Amino acid sequence: MSRNGPLALIFHTVFVIVMVAPILVVCLVAFTPEGFLSLPTNGFSLRWFRAIANYPEFVHAFWVSLGLGALSSFVALLFAVPAALAIARYRFRGRDALAALFLSPLMIPHVVLGIAFLRFFTSAGLGGSFAALIIAHVIIVFPFALRLTLAAATGMDLSVEMAAVSLGAGGWTLFRRVTLPLILPGVISGWALAFIQSFDDLTMTVFLAAPGTETLPVRMFLYIQDNIDPLVTSVSACVIAITMTALILLDRFYGLDRVLAGKGDTGR
Amino acid sequence: MSASAEERNARTPWALTAPALMLFVGVLLIPLAMTVMLSFHDWGQYKGIEPVFILKNWREIATDPYYAEMFGRTFRIAILTTLLTALLGAPEAYILNRMGGRWKSVFLLVILGPLLISVVARTLGWALLFGGNNGLVNKLLMSAGLIRAPIPFMFTETGMVVALAHVMMPFMVLSVWAALQRLDPQIENAALSLGAGPVTIIRRIIMPQIMPGVLSGAIIVFSLSASAFATPAIIGGRRLKVAATLAYDEFLNTLNWPLGAAVATLLLAALVLIVVGSNALIERRYAEVFR
Repeated sequence: MSRNGPLALIFHTVFVIVMVAPILVVCLVAFTPEGFLSLPTNGFSLRWFRAIANYPEFVHAFWVSLGLGALSSFVALLFAVPAALAIARYRFRGRDALAALFLSPLMIPHVVLGIAFLRFFTSAGLGGSFAALIIAHVIIVFPFALRLTLAAATGMDLSVEMAAVSLGAGGWTLFRRVTLPLILPGVISGWALAFIQSFDDLTMTVFLAAPGTETLPVRMFLYIQDNIDPLVTSVSACVIAITMTALILLDRFYGLDRVLAGKGDTGR
Repeated sequence: MSASAEERNARTPWALTAPALMLFVGVLLIPLAMTVMLSFHDWGQYKGIEPVFILKNWREIATDPYYAEMFGRTFRIAILTTLLTALLGAPEAYILNRMGGRWKSVFLLVILGPLLISVVARTLGWALLFGGNNGLVNKLLMSAGLIRAPIPFMFTETGMVVALAHVMMPFMVLSVWAALQRLDPQIENAALSLGAGPVTIIRRIIMPQIMPGVLSGAIIVFSLSASAFATPAIIGGRRLKVAATLAYDEFLNTLNWPLGAAVATLLLAALVLIVVGSNALIERRYAEVFR
């Protein structure tokens, strides 16, 4: 099927193996029956998955991450949907500057954001709180929520809206019954991508989380800093499984290349 | 009547963007400004942070060779990572683009998917693969006869570059991939019909056209690598510090926030300068491609 030569295919095979290897090795080691880091050469075992239950920190951190991701992505959309509609529909002064500002969290290193939020929330008396985490995550996932909503709003057929207006719909009814259903696929994909970004963030969150509000990546990172044992590989395997599920759903419903196109874009 | 409607129309976009704008000014611009200010404050072991305006932290960063070495390491790792991703990612994107429909989407998912998988999990994978002198990578390289003695990967810059290149690779493939989508396959056929060989086609036809994609991918990879935290912290260990891990140490271990803020501000300023500068250069050089 492919027009690639044998050399190209060898390169491709090695490339794919290297890309998959670290993820695969984590998942394999998670099934080891031994008490130390090793590949499961003599049989698979779920002992390290069962062991997670004995570490309530990981279970708690998982729920924190899940709640934080779901809530911050939702709040980000509350701000991003109207902003996306304005940017997609209107030509106004300062439009480009606003779009650049809203996409700027992509360009600012997360370590800088972490420091800025730590300083800000500590002096506001919110240091280490869940509320601070939510607000900080709303900012970092905002560009993803905005971009996918913007793509949906730009591609929308305006004549449907005009028809609704001519039939007397206006304001809130127009938005709820016509506009929102039309841009919903973009909004939901925006939510999903925002959720994954929030769920995976370590660099910014590690500055803000306190015992009790530690997210799963933060808990995993702090654990790895002390020692690496099979427990953290089984936790990682669970995280990978969750992300893969979200990824496949996203690919089915929206197309992964469309979701990721311009993901690393520096906000131009 | 119509005048007021028009006026209302002019105000609508502002009304729609106002909540987000207020959010961004209140919780992004103000904290960033506070961080820059913090870098000019004084700090002492017992007195804590003193809100005065001094250049102590900046002078310390400028004069102490420790910081020069640390920033040197940060940018050296970022440059090597960028080169590695460009050298391997660009050919892979090209090969991927020539594949048939089904395989193309499968491998695209395999290569871009890791982008969304936790960086901690991916770096943990490399730590397992490197694992001391008899780690899997070394065993494989030695049995293939590529090396004689094991290469130390853990707690070295080599290991950091390899793991970072893996973490950043999807960005490069994606960027080159996007450039390839704009390429007209008929040009390649035209060159072929005019008697050009495969090397000439790649060098004279493909390369110039995907170069903007490689360069914009390089900017993304460079800026993300220079500010990376998880991978340098896990692979580099506690001794080999880069800008992000040093800032983390100052904030959460030493508690010298003003110095940490100065390191972060310098990193941000350097990255903004480099990214904006090279974007402008690329756009001028390849103006015709972006049109």
